[in-house]
Amino acid sequence: MMTIFGMPTQALFGQLLLGLINGAFYAMLSLGLALIFGLLNIINFSHGALYMMGAFVAWLALNFLGLGYWPALIVAPLVVAALGMLIERTMLCRLYKLDHLYGLLLTFGLALVIEGLFREAYGVSGQPYSVPKELAGGWNLGFMFLPIYRGWVVVASLILCLGTWFAIEKTKLGAYLRAATENPTLVQAFGINVPVMITLTYGFGVALAAIAGVLAAPVYQVSPKMGSDLIIVVFAVVVIGGMGSIMGSIVTGYLLGLVEGLTKVFYPEAASTVIFMVMVIVLLIKPAGLFGKGA
Amino acid sequence: MVMKRLLLGAAALALSAGMAQAQYSDNKVKIGILTDLSGTYSDLAGKGTIVAAQMAIDDFGGKLNGQPIELISADHQNKADIASGIARKWYDTEGVDAIAELVTTAAAIAVREVSKEKGKIDLVSGAASTPLTNDKCSATGFHWTYDTYAMAVGTGDAVVKNGGKTWFFLTADYAFGHNLQAQTERVVKANGGTVKGSVKHPFPNADFSSFLLQAQASGAQIIGLANAGADTINAIKQAKEFGITQGGQQLAGLLVFITDVHSLGLENAQGMMLTTGFYWDMDDQTRAWSKRWSEKMGGGKMPSMVHAGTYSQVLHYLKAAAAAKTDDGVKVADEMRKLPISDFFAKNGKIRADGRMVHDMYLAQVKKPSESKGPWDYYKIVRTIPGDEAYQPLSESTCPLVKK
Repeated sequence: MMTIFGMPTQALFGQLLLGLINGAFYAMLSLGLALIFGLLNIINFSHGALYMMGAFVAWLALNFLGLGYWPALIVAPLVVAALGMLIERTMLCRLYKLDHLYGLLLTFGLALVIEGLFREAYGVSGQPYSVPKELAGGWNLGFMFLPIYRGWVVVASLILCLGTWFAIEKTKLGAYLRAATENPTLVQAFGINVPVMITLTYGFGVALAAIAGVLAAPVYQVSPKMGSDLIIVVFAVVVIGGMGSIMGSIVTGYLLGLVEGLTKVFYPEAASTVIFMVMVIVLLIKPAGLFGKGA
Repeated sequence: MVMKRLLLGAAALALSAGMAQAQYSDNKVKIGILTDLSGTYSDLAGKGTIVAAQMAIDDFGGKLNGQPIELISADHQNKADIASGIARKWYDTEGVDAIAELVTTAAAIAVREVSKEKGKIDLVSGAASTPLTNDKCSATGFHWTYDTYAMAVGTGDAVVKNGGKTWFFLTADYAFGHNLQAQTERVVKANGGTVKGSVKHPFPNADFSSFLLQAQASGAQIIGLANAGADTINAIKQAKEFGITQGGQQLAGLLVFITDVHSLGLENAQGMMLTTGFYWDMDDQTRAWSKRWSEKMGGGKMPSMVHAGTYSQVLHYLKAAAAAKTDDGVKVADEMRKLPISDFFAKNGKIRADGRMVHDMYLAQVKKPSESKGPWDYYKIVRTIPGDEAYQPLSESTCPLVKK
């Protein structure tokens, strides 16, 4: 059998595929962050908490309303986005003219409050959420057993990420958005309601986090801590990709999933730190990030 | 007015002089619960241990030889430096006489060092590692509820005897995980089994798929989970997702709490063997206590062994402090070793020279969903493991207090 670095190629493919699946979550979350930073100039530290809320809304909908996985994929992002827009309208909108630090502190505080409330209500052990029947089971790919659900996560994340990229970079609406961030006064003069557009953008970024939360619910436990465990890594992804770069955050998300996957095979002890080592190296060589446009 | 103040002052002076003879510092007995109130272990320990300790104080009567008993608590966030900082403050300025619960090995060892130095009592319930009764043992330190040795003896032994001869470990990469793996390896090898390999995963870790595939590739019959809490839960859940268990390999959770089983759901956890120091549904006494605890917690929950153990250790401390007629750490500790322990948690408990409270442990199997009559009806007790068999023999202890 062929081997690479003393590892059978087939097993290596398996691990790469797993890395890609984790990368799908990184990509979805970092995309939302990059979107919000790029268009609102807010470093949204509550992103992880909103991702967690997405998963919890799915769980609550199932247990109290009898709504299954598929409706939850629609309902949870709507509910969380509504809350996000409320936060943006009542709090964040006062900070746009101030230093980044204020937005960061506010959203970090919000994250702690949201997480604390859920912890108080549901404890930390997590709630079980089953894989939907349609996606249960798995395929034997020869080199590994791939649960159908994980395949679905990769596909769903690719569709979402590429769709978002297309909407921002290639459509007229996206062009308005980009123009509004460059020069809001001028765009407003053309008769476009910029504040509403900003609110909707924040809502959309948050909805992406909530969808990721619903997708994650059957894989991990639905737990108040699931967001804070992930958010630091996702921030590293955004920094590596280049703050505010849409494509950068998507590609970096998948790429770092792969890097992490390989580390888990060759030196598992470093799996939780490898992303930060990559971050240090990238910042040293290219301070604006891999896809950033200058400092 | 002046006269009144003088009188009051004189009365206060007289009072404090009188109390000095009773030998309780600050005219009260103060117990501190130092636990994880916000992190990974806050369900299996956390607030529930404060409730359990308060129940012990109430059941004791709220007073000790006429002195009030006070309870305070704090969150050590599973960090050793925070734990030792709080312990030092409690002993030095708050008049705390004993610190109880102490989940997380690193935090427990940090508090052990401070308590030893100050001659105060520490009662460990939640932490698991055996160094607490070996090289880190202390004349005033006690390890109550369970330890990694007992877990390994219970679960490891049962699994090997059921035919699980070859093992692969998924181990949390910190002191506790390493300790649990080493203890279990010892039991596996002693019973004629072999260890095919292990992987040390970061702590905490959410995605186990990569490690599970490595375990699968090893071809071992048993995948031993030398981790705890959310890590164990995620590993078990994902093993099912990746068809590991359907493929013929079995999981052995080496430290599983009832809160973990509740979180996993019986569908995911059924059939698993585990070792525990306590199960709420064993007899009338355990059911009655657990029901009271559950009501105080707001209902809908049942206690873990750490909760029950905290009650037992606090109650025993109070009994000993009453018998010794003092709250002096060394004297109370001597009394604690003399008194037998008999409550709903430990039927025939005794404390050894190394600080280990030896009591019976239970090998349990998680019920099938069809066997369970409702929430928290989760375990079948398969075997009672006598305390002397479950815990490390005193002759093997490296504790300097053990006379050989």
